[in-house]
Amino acid sequence: MKDPFVLGGKEFSSRFILGSGKYNLDLIKAAVQQGGAQIITLALRRANTKESENILDYIPEGVTLLPNTSGARNAEEAVRIARLSRAMGCGDFVKVEIMRDTKYLFPDNDETVKATEILAKEGFVVLPYMNPDLNAARDLQSAGAAAVMPLAAPIGSNKGLATKEMIQILIDEIDLPIIVDAGIGKPSQACEAMEMGAAAIMANTAIATAGNVPEMAEAFKLAIEAGRKAYLTGMGRVLARGGSASDPLTGFLR
Amino acid sequence: MDEENQVYFVDSDKLPPKALERKHRLEQDPSFRTDPMKYMEGMQAIDSDIKDKVRAAMDHFDYDSYTAKDVQRALSCETCSIEDFKALLSPAAAPFLEQMARKAERATKDHFGNTVYIFTPLYIANYCQNYCIYCGFNCYNNIHRKKLSLEEVDHEMQVIAKSGMEEILILTGESRAYSDVEYIGEAVKIAKKYFRNIGIEIYPVNVDEYKYLHECGVDYVTVFQETYNPVKYETLHLMGRKRVWPYRFDAQERALMGGMRGAGFSALLGLDDFRKDALATALHVYYLNRKYPAAELSLSCPRLRPIVNNEKINPRDVGEKELCQILCAYRIFLPFAGITVSSRESASFRNGITKICATKISAGVSTGIGDHEEKYEGIQEEDAGDEQFEINDTRSLKQMYEDMEKGGLQPVLNDYIYV
Repeated sequence: MKDPFVLGGKEFSSRFILGSGKYNLDLIKAAVQQGGAQIITLALRRANTKESENILDYIPEGVTLLPNTSGARNAEEAVRIARLSRAMGCGDFVKVEIMRDTKYLFPDNDETVKATEILAKEGFVVLPYMNPDLNAARDLQSAGAAAVMPLAAPIGSNKGLATKEMIQILIDEIDLPIIVDAGIGKPSQACEAMEMGAAAIMANTAIATAGNVPEMAEAFKLAIEAGRKAYLTGMGRVLARGGSASDPLTGFLR
Repeated sequence: MDEENQVYFVDSDKLPPKALERKHRLEQDPSFRTDPMKYMEGMQAIDSDIKDKVRAAMDHFDYDSYTAKDVQRALSCETCSIEDFKALLSPAAAPFLEQMARKAERATKDHFGNTVYIFTPLYIANYCQNYCIYCGFNCYNNIHRKKLSLEEVDHEMQVIAKSGMEEILILTGESRAYSDVEYIGEAVKIAKKYFRNIGIEIYPVNVDEYKYLHECGVDYVTVFQETYNPVKYETLHLMGRKRVWPYRFDAQERALMGGMRGAGFSALLGLDDFRKDALATALHVYYLNRKYPAAELSLSCPRLRPIVNNEKINPRDVGEKELCQILCAYRIFLPFAGITVSSRESASFRNGITKICATKISAGVSTGIGDHEEKYEGIQEEDAGDEQFEINDTRSLKQMYEDMEKGGLQPVLNDYIYV
């Protein structure tokens, strides 16, 4: 069954997005080769360096770059970074990340909505990173976001779907792809998010800090595919509590 | 008289008799010195309660009261409380150093991945108007003084930039008269031509002056408190504006109020009780983070080193093991904070500690004035100013870059571009 992931008018066969916060050549290679990743985020503030650690040198051909605005502390800075990214030839995709917090790197939803509105009007494919809140997600949708990227848990924490209920509400209510970003620590958690109906998973730390990076990249690939398949198939019923009574309570009805 | 401090006192035979007499009186007679808690003219007081919180915690820190059980509890907790942190700094934690290192390594990986930042310091002047008895730049120490002209600053920076360095830390001795704010601002403007990231480590200034320096291009301000114990501080900083303990303490906060992106903190370990100083340093960062959550805060961990004219100065009871324990405790308590390890430490210590918890190291270092061409390219500079302290790790950027890569780390020269 063909099940392409469409983002900003582009079709992808993989639903695994690699974050680039903790980058190294081995991780990127593994994510692309074993993990099948077709989208890699790029912290623009790290990209434009003269020296050999330039991440652009590590990105294989055929991979779509998703520049992010990390380091921005308000909408104005994020907009400036996005414009610079386009001017540098990084394309129209931009992941908006705005943080006023260095401890948890928590996204600022208000500023993110402002930046999304400005950038969407300028023709960017805007993918905002956000704290899962239904009102903010609706505002992002009205502002012209191409997808919404709620955090599952604090970034880098590997804590999994700590905001599961909130993310489920976004999946149910928002007519945009919901990409679960930040906090996914294990393949099983990625699988669970996909079963819930998430459109894609973004991960970095979970793979970057694994014992064997290529093997873990593959494990994520398989988990994401399994979760997607389960979601599309329609999940089997799950009993809330206890067994199923053999004598129906409504058996007396005629 | 403070017996412990005698090791620092060195009399130069070049000093005129009057100056020598004054020096001796400052050393021997506390009543001859000014009140270290009283602000001098032109020093701005800001409304902040962080000093009091840090002092209270330091005063009540009885590190001998912690046991192995407290340490084990601290190591098993997911979030490290202030009490847990105190246990990790205590002597009871020494046998758990390996476990602390493992926990610190995980926290570093989670927050910084395998990256390590490389920068270099540039001393542009070594004139100083303070008498800090342990420092090579102190005004009574007979060293060759120099202040780079702006042309020389440009030349030095060019030499450094040629090596590939993208982040620079500009330092001066603490003299407003010789190195005024405007001079430093002009040096920063020159640095902007060559570097992507600029920090300063200069005498503390007021909010409007930090604002001016930020507009010139500075993003980071580092100020070392030397010791957080004001009683000991008074016996070490005998004269000059640096003598005012509270004005120095609030420097980072004034810098953030002036718009700086980040600030660096440290005690000079070995001057006083290192466990109390480590606690105070970390709490200084902790409370400022709560007040300014967007600020990028970082810790350093310098130990005392020998200086020109005094080879006897040493880090006393702070051995490498103690230093490692402090750094692991910092990392576990403040997983988000940068940790810088200076060239005062050996190459082997720096190679090891970057794998556990340090996130930033200097390379291609000279603490002298105007001698980069000599150090980088072997071109003799006859008029170079003397050094602040002896460095230990002399690796160049290229060597450092290769060594970090060999250790499985990803060297980063810059992670910020101006937009």
